[in-house]
Amino acid sequence: MPVTDVSHDLGARTITIVAEFAAPPKRIWEVYADPRQLERVWGPPTYPATFVDHDLTPGGRMNYYMTGPEGDRYYGYWEVQEVDEPHSFTLIDGFALDEKFTKNPDLPESANVFSFVEHDGGTRATYVGTYASAEALQKVLDMGVVEGSTTAINQIDDLVA
Amino acid sequence: MNETEEDRADAWFHALSDRTRRDILRRVLAGEHSVSALAASYDMSFAAVQKHVAVLERAGLLTKRRQGREALASGDVAAVRSVGEMLTELESLWRGRISRIDELIAEPELDHSSAPPRRPTQED
Repeated sequence: MPVTDVSHDLGARTITIVAEFAAPPKRIWEVYADPRQLERVWGPPTYPATFVDHDLTPGGRMNYYMTGPEGDRYYGYWEVQEVDEPHSFTLIDGFALDEKFTKNPDLPESANVFSFVEHDGGTRATYVGTYASAEALQKVLDMGVVEGSTTAINQIDDLVA
Repeated sequence: MNETEEDRADAWFHALSDRTRRDILRRVLAGEHSVSALAASYDMSFAAVQKHVAVLERAGLLTKRRQGREALASGDVAAVRSVGEMLTELESLWRGRISRIDELIAEPELDHSSAPPRRPTQED
């Protein structure tokens, strides 16, 4: 597993993932810069993503939907903020109402910083996502777009059982 | 993330990494227990149990209140269940994304970016 560190920030509703990839930052950047590659990594395998608009520039917008096993669709968008190719970019990730990608005001956005630093001939990637509140985070998870539970969750369930 | 927040995350996972503390947490999630009643349940000193309770309290997983000469401890269900589950689920989403990036970059280099565009021919 290329994930080297995960930290949860209980107070700030932040999750930070650090990963290492066996390719230079330029190659990792290409994954995000190419919608056909990006859609292979963004949605879970059971909810594959399709990017219909893709503009990785400051102020640019990405519109995508994920398709569920029953053909059900979940619309989302990125608002790209700062772009420093191939080192980092920041984006707001949110949910949309429909195929016109109108923002859904009832669902929370998250602020994200993706950064890629050269490390031992490969790349160290850091992903930081911040939610406004625990309620916001819970709503996102209630959307059902997140992959199935892990053993870690089961441990917590056992703990409170 | 600043140091304080990192410390809090560390404290949470550290607290849950010990079987006695998980057991204490299970009990106090089920209902309020005095620290002395908890101590009677374990084959260790009162001070040792007190230390475990303090670790859980510092991590925000347990709260204590005083009643007369007793310290009563109860588990913070919200802290354990909602925050724990939420962040762990998100973690699993991110682990999936990262392993898919890993698979993608391990594939042979795609040709279409470097090769000149080909025109379809009769032979194709």
